[in-house]
Parts: sequence; C-alpha cells; structure tokens
Amino acid sequence: MPLQINAVAEQINSIILGKSQQIRLAIACLLARGHLLIEDVPGVGKTTLAHAIATSLGLKFQRIQFTSDLLPADILGVSVYNRDNGSFEFHPGPVFTNVVLADEVNRATPRAQSALLEAMEENQVTTEGETRPLPRPFFVIATQNPSHQIGTFPLPESQLDRFLMRIELGYPDAQAERALLNGIDRRDLLSSLQPRLEPESLAQLQREVQQVHASPALLDYLQALVNHTRQAPYFEHGLSPRAALAMLHGARAWAYMDDRKHVLPEDLQTVLPAIIAHRLSPAGETSGASRNDLVARLLQQVAIP
Amino acid sequence: MVSLPTTLNTRIIGSREILWLGAGFLFASLPHLLRMPIWISVLAVGIAGWRLLQLRMHSKPAAKWLMVLIALAASAGILLQYRTLFGRDAGVSLLVIMLALKLLETRTQRDGMLLGFLGCFLLVTNFLHSQTIPTAAYMLGCAWLLIASLIGMQYTGAWPGWRTTVRRAGVMILQGVPLMLVLFLLFPRIQGPLWGLPQDAYAGLSGLSDTMSPGSLNNLILSDAVAFRASFTGGIPEPKDLYWRGPVLWDYDGKTWTAPRIVQSVNELPDHSPQIEYTVTLEPHNKRWLFALEFPGRRPPSSIATRDMQLLSFTPVRSRMRYDMVSSIGTAYGADDDRSLLERNLRLPPDTNPRTNEFAQELRKKFPNDRNLVADVLTRFRNENFVYTLSPPLLGEQPVDEFLFETRRGFCEHYASAFTVLMRAAGIPARVVTGYLGGEVNPVGEYILVRQADAHAWVEIWLENTGWVRIDPTAAVSPARVERGIASALPRTDVLPMFVRGDFALLQRMRLTLDSVTYTWNQWVLGYTPDRQRRFLSYIGFSESTWQTLAFVLMFCAGIAVLIGAAFALRDLRGVREDAVKKIYGRFCRKLERRGLRRDAAEGPRVFAQRAGQQHPELASAVAEITALYIALRYGGESGAERLQVFKNRVRAFTT
Repeated sequence: MPLQINAVAEQINSIILGKSQQIRLAIACLLARGHLLIEDVPGVGKTTLAHAIATSLGLKFQRIQFTSDLLPADILGVSVYNRDNGSFEFHPGPVFTNVVLADEVNRATPRAQSALLEAMEENQVTTEGETRPLPRPFFVIATQNPSHQIGTFPLPESQLDRFLMRIELGYPDAQAERALLNGIDRRDLLSSLQPRLEPESLAQLQREVQQVHASPALLDYLQALVNHTRQAPYFEHGLSPRAALAMLHGARAWAYMDDRKHVLPEDLQTVLPAIIAHRLSPAGETSGASRNDLVARLLQQVAIP
Repeated sequence: MVSLPTTLNTRIIGSREILWLGAGFLFASLPHLLRMPIWISVLAVGIAGWRLLQLRMHSKPAAKWLMVLIALAASAGILLQYRTLFGRDAGVSLLVIMLALKLLETRTQRDGMLLGFLGCFLLVTNFLHSQTIPTAAYMLGCAWLLIASLIGMQYTGAWPGWRTTVRRAGVMILQGVPLMLVLFLLFPRIQGPLWGLPQDAYAGLSGLSDTMSPGSLNNLILSDAVAFRASFTGGIPEPKDLYWRGPVLWDYDGKTWTAPRIVQSVNELPDHSPQIEYTVTLEPHNKRWLFALEFPGRRPPSSIATRDMQLLSFTPVRSRMRYDMVSSIGTAYGADDDRSLLERNLRLPPDTNPRTNEFAQELRKKFPNDRNLVADVLTRFRNENFVYTLSPPLLGEQPVDEFLFETRRGFCEHYASAFTVLMRAAGIPARVVTGYLGGEVNPVGEYILVRQADAHAWVEIWLENTGWVRIDPTAAVSPARVERGIASALPRTDVLPMFVRGDFALLQRMRLTLDSVTYTWNQWVLGYTPDRQRRFLSYIGFSESTWQTLAFVLMFCAGIAVLIGAAFALRDLRGVREDAVKKIYGRFCRKLERRGLRRDAAEGPRVFAQRAGQQHPELASAVAEITALYIALRYGGESGAERLQVFKNRVRAFTT
C-alpha cells in the first residue's frame, strides 16, 4: 500500500477494530472519487468510521443528522434578509464542504434526501434559482440503518446508484470486541485524531488511480459480468453503464492500493460486492436471496475470459 | 397483467416513415407517371398528396368505403382507357393506382413494409419500357431510397438519422452485389425477355417496312433512333460500300412499292471472296429483316435467306439480337434467274407515267446495250438540274412523270422509284432495295452506329450474264450522301435530328463515348444470351452446360457466398479472437490440471497461483513466475514478441 494511504488506514484501524477490509474498501471508494454508503444496525460504529475517515484525510467536514423533519434548506442553505445593506444574503448550508457526513440518511423524507442528489452527481447545488459550485474534493459519506427498521424512508434506486460503494460493518469478532471493552471510549479517541494527508496529495492520489491500466482482457471480463446481470433471469434489472464505470473505478483504486499499475480480475472480484450489491435486486425464483448471495452467484457463473 | 408485444400489425408508423415511403413510391412511379394517360397520373399523385395532407393536418384515415369506391372507379376507367386490365400499360396503370391507395391506407409497420416491397416490384416494371443505363441508374437510386425507408421503419426507439439508414441501405446493396453477379452469370438464361411481353410493348418501334410510298422514308430520316450497330473484325469498309440490305420491293402499283409476300428461299448463299467479317447488334424493330452488307455470305441462326438476298428471322425481332456475318462487297448474284422471275421485275401498272414510257422507248432505240443505257440515265441525273432535298414538292397522279420532267427535287426514294420505273419501261428487269446506307463510325468503340436516319433506298438491275447489280441513282445526284452521310448532303436549311448534326466537336466526342458505353452495356448486359452464357461457362471450364450443371454451379456459388457471410457473422459474434497469450496460459492450466489442480473458470490468475503454491509448494516458484509473466502480458499492457517468447518457453519448460 502506498505510504500515505497506509498511514490513513492505520489510524482508522486503531479506532475501528478488526474491520481492516471494510476500511480499505472505504478508502478505495474515496480514491475512486465515489460517494460511500455505510449500512448496518445502530451501534456498530458507522458514524465513528465516517468521522475517522474525514478527519484522517485532512478534509473539512460537516455532519448532517438526517431526521424526519429535515428540510432541503437545512442541507443546502438559505437566503436571509440583511437589514444593514437591504439585500438577501445566501447562508451556505452544511453541504458546502469537502466531506458531508449524512448520518442516518434514510430517516429523512425523500424530499430532503433528494436535496443531496444534485450535489452528489454534479458537484453543485441549485437553490433559489441559482447554481453554486461545491468545493473540491466533495464526498458524501452516508450511513443508514437497515431499511426494515422503524422510521425509515428507503433510498430510491436512483439515489442508491449514485453511491459508488456500499459497505456493511457487521459485528466485531470476540477479540476485537474485548479490546473495545477494555480500551478508552472511541468518542474521546476521535477528537485526538490527526490529519494524515494533505488536501493536494489526495487529488494527486486520485489522478494516479485513474492512470492504472485496465487491459482489454479485463474490460472483457467487466462487460461479461455486466451483460450477465442484464440477461440472467434472477436479476430484476441489469447493471447500468454508471455501475459499469463504478466497477472499473473501484477496481482501479483497489489495484492502486495493492501497489499495482494494472487491474487484475481479482481486484474486480474483491470490490464487486461493495459496488453492485446495492444496485441489484433479486427476481423470480431467487427473490428470497440476499443481495450478497446474488453477487456471489454472479461471480461464480461468469468465467474470466 | 400481460401486455401484448407490439408487432408489425399493431405498431403505428410515424409521419417520417410515411414521408420516406411516399417519396420512394413517387420516384419509383415517376417514369410511368410521365408515360401514362394524364388522368391516371393526376389521380395517383392526388391520392399520394392526400396522404401527405393527412399527415400535415393530423386528420383521420380515409373511409374504407371511399377507398374501395376509388379503386373500383379507377379500375373501370383503366378498362375503358385500354379496353383491358391486362397487358403492360393497363397493368402498370392499375399497379400505380393501387399502390397510391395502399399509401393512403398505410398506418402500421406491416402496411409500410408491404408498400416498400411492392414499390420494389413497381420499380422493376420500368424495365418493360426501357433497359438503358440511365434507366438502370435511376432505378438503382429508387431501390436505394426504398430500402432506406424499409430500414428506417425498423427502429422502435430513436431514429438514427437519414445518414445512417441511407448508409445501411447502401451497404446492403453492396452486400447483394456478389449474389447478383452469381445469379446474373449462372441463372439459366431464356432467349428473349423472361416473360412474354404483350403485343402493345412493340407499338413504338420504328424501322423499315415492306412497302415504300412517297414520304415513308422521310419520317424515318428524322428519327434519331438506333437501328443497329456493327463491329468489324478487320477494318471498317469505306463509306461507299456500306449498303445494308433490307426489304427488297418488287411490285409497283403506280404509287407504292411492295415486297412480295412469298419469296423462294435458298439454302446456300454464294461464296465470294474477299469477305468482310463483322457482328451486328440489331435493335428490336418488330419485323423479320436482318440487315447485312451487300451481299451476305452467311445465314444467321434461326433465319432464312431468300432468292433476292434478304435475310429473314423466323420470328419478328422483338429483343435486341446479335449475329455474326460475313459479306463480300461489290459482287453480283442471280445471273441464272429464270425468265418468269425476271418478268415480274419488268411489270408496270398500265396507263401510268406515259412520258416516262415514251422517254424510255427513245433511250432504248438510242442504246441497244443495257449498260450504255444505264450510264446515260445516270449522266442525265448527274448533269441535269436534279436536287437532293428532304422536303420535296408533293407529287400527283403520275408521280414519276412529274418528278423526272417537272419538279426534279427529291431524295433517295424518289430517285430509286423513278429510276426503277424508267428501267422497267426500257425493258431492263429492276427493283427497289431499301435498307441503310453508311452509319457513323465510333472511334471510341471501333464500331459503326446506324440510325434510322441512315435509311436509304436504291435500285438493282439485272444484266445478262452478270445478274443483279446495284445502281444508286441518289449517288449520281448527290455523291456526298454516299460519301459523307446524310448531314453533308442536305442544304443547311433542312431540318435534321440533333444527333445527326456534326456542329460541335466536343458534343460529338461526348456523344460517341456515351454511345460506346451503351454499346458495351448492350453487348454484355442486355445481350447476355443463352449462347453467351454457354460460352462463358465453357470458358470457366463447364463445356457441357445443361441446366443441371448450371443449377449445380449456381448452388455451389450461392453456398460459398452464404458460408463466407456466416463466417464473418460468427467472427463478429465471438468478438475478439483468442489471442496467443491466452492460448499459452490455457496450455499451462492443462498441465496443472494433470496434477489435480483445476482452475475454476471464474478464478483469477493470482488467486489460482496462490492456491497452487499452497497445495504444491514444490511448484510454487515456477507457477508464480509464469503467472507474473501472464499477468504482465494480459493485464499489464505489456506486449512484444520477446516477452511472449519468454512466456511461451517457460510454459513449455514447466513440468509438474
């Protein structure tokens, strides 16, 4: 792993114990300039992870706690009348930052959720008839509870598609949990975190990721996977071209983090569950299967050309 | 709920498709529209225009009963016009009207496709009228348009734009070319047109006839139409020898010369030398004469030769015909003709042309020798004030008297007629021969082009011990007609068809080149007869070509064409060809398989290498090395024969 990234990963690993693979994926997602969705039951450290990533990358970050009465203006900002100079002044919302931590994003109404849509895709927001660019880099790290829990508005597919990766943390293993119980409170540790990356070096790393070579053979494999989801009967609908691009970018970032200048089929296979599981839904005979099972089945059935 | 799929029957096509189809229909029927009676053309265009108006106004479809009514009324009108619903003209008119009504009715894709295919059928009927290169080019353009509109109809989603559909149509036409060539060359040919053309197809053909009355040749001389073309094996003979013999007219009723109905045929034509060899490509003229230089020495296939040296085809010439000929120039024939035959060539209607009779008797007294008499008459024609013109004054009841002694203005038919009458009155057997004189030498194609304008009439007389010899009284009056063609023989004021005039050098040159191309087209495309096909087949090695052989060769070639197409399609399906790197890695995997290490199809090379290394630590380093080479070549973007060779060698050396 490149040194700088290694430093970031180690710092996050010291806070979130026993989840190095997920942390690695999260970093890969940001290196591939994608937005990240962290999904799991409450209390496994989603918010802590998001916080730790933002701080370690040395980026300005804002946290928005999504609630059912959240309004778009609370996210984007609002114009307020200034009596001194007799005009309206725009007060930027929390979205004008490098990293937005959208906590419990599925607790807000679709109206508030959609306020993030344009920001995520176009890197700009439009309010009150005016379009304003967002600072670069711009990431959304969202956390959500499993959708079957009470008081949630599931994110629509169109919005899910905008997250490059979705990761699940899962319960820690016994050893990690013991360490957690023995150690200091994680919240206190968070305030002691130091940025491990200069803002410019993140941009540089992202450029290098883009230059990782994807050979025609690899692209054949990628397309074979995408085509399979479009043709096989056990998917409700196939993967979109945006998903295909996400697969390529994610695999590149993964290969880069493995110190390679080219993508291997294994890279694609590793990042694939995180990238496509939230974009697929089962159909027909497999409607009871979990999304992760679907991805495993896909990987099993498509031969590497 | 089950949603019905949209099918050809239910999918409504939009205004763009209708416009394309309408344009295709109009262009395909345009040549017909210009030929048909005006009311049919107006009706067809009107119906098509109505459909376009419907598009514009988004109005409802025309009522079914109204369309049926129009169809019935139009059929009745066509029946009245042509007295039949069959035959070329009536049939095409009916087809055009019905297609226009189909366009009016077209709503769904199925209608549209039907209209497109019927449009192609309509297009083919143009060949019933004309088979020239411009016609073929125009029809190719129309077919292109129709195919493009058919292609445009297939897009259920976004239309890719006219450039794409037109290009696709062009590609499809090009793809069809090899098959077309195979079918053209190998499909068993039938003599003449494929289907029997109705009688009215030949109505417009012009040419010489078996009678000659004042003014009949005159009309021909104003015609640009091509009579025939001839290419010579040796050089082209001099213009004064180019007498193309046609109908021979024996009988005279005081006004009109007529060919005898029955003439004895001969089996053997006299064999003189030297001979001139040439090939004639005769345009259809709906009569039986086959033209040849005087005098023919061979009989073309399916024809007879008569005692008076005419060549007659068994059936009227209704399609372009090609025959090889030999002729010997400047000879005579028929020295042994018997008295009864000659008697007929002395007969004159009684009580006609008294002054001519009187004059003939005087001449006879003065010149007992036939040859001297003829020479004297020709001298008179030459020296006295006779004029060669295409617009002679009208002649009355005694035409020869009036012509010889009063008007003295006329062209070949007047001179030939007068001279023959004079000879018969003087007791010398004589008759009128019609045909063509000269022709235009095309230096581009090295052949002679003879037009109807080159029609000519001359005389032959019978001399004791010699037989029938040619005398051309016109040559005595206007030697230029014989030597340099009709254009130079006439006064400048006479009207001449444009193609015969020789004013502009560039135009002349272009015209000659164009005609040469047409000649080649006629020879090789339109004139590709069963005979030519046989020769072509024997050239490529099928000497005994029955239709079975033809069918075999045809199927063979078509099969090859299909296989080639299938091979290309398969290659496209496979997408990428297996490259060498992959093949070598496959070899490596098979070697490992023999050790019980089977690579899963979905297993990446690095993961597989790790697994192999764990299961067989003794192989680990070799496997890792080969895998690294493979990854570098296949995924690392590395290439080069050297690197590939190393990889190949390692895999070959790898033993389990």
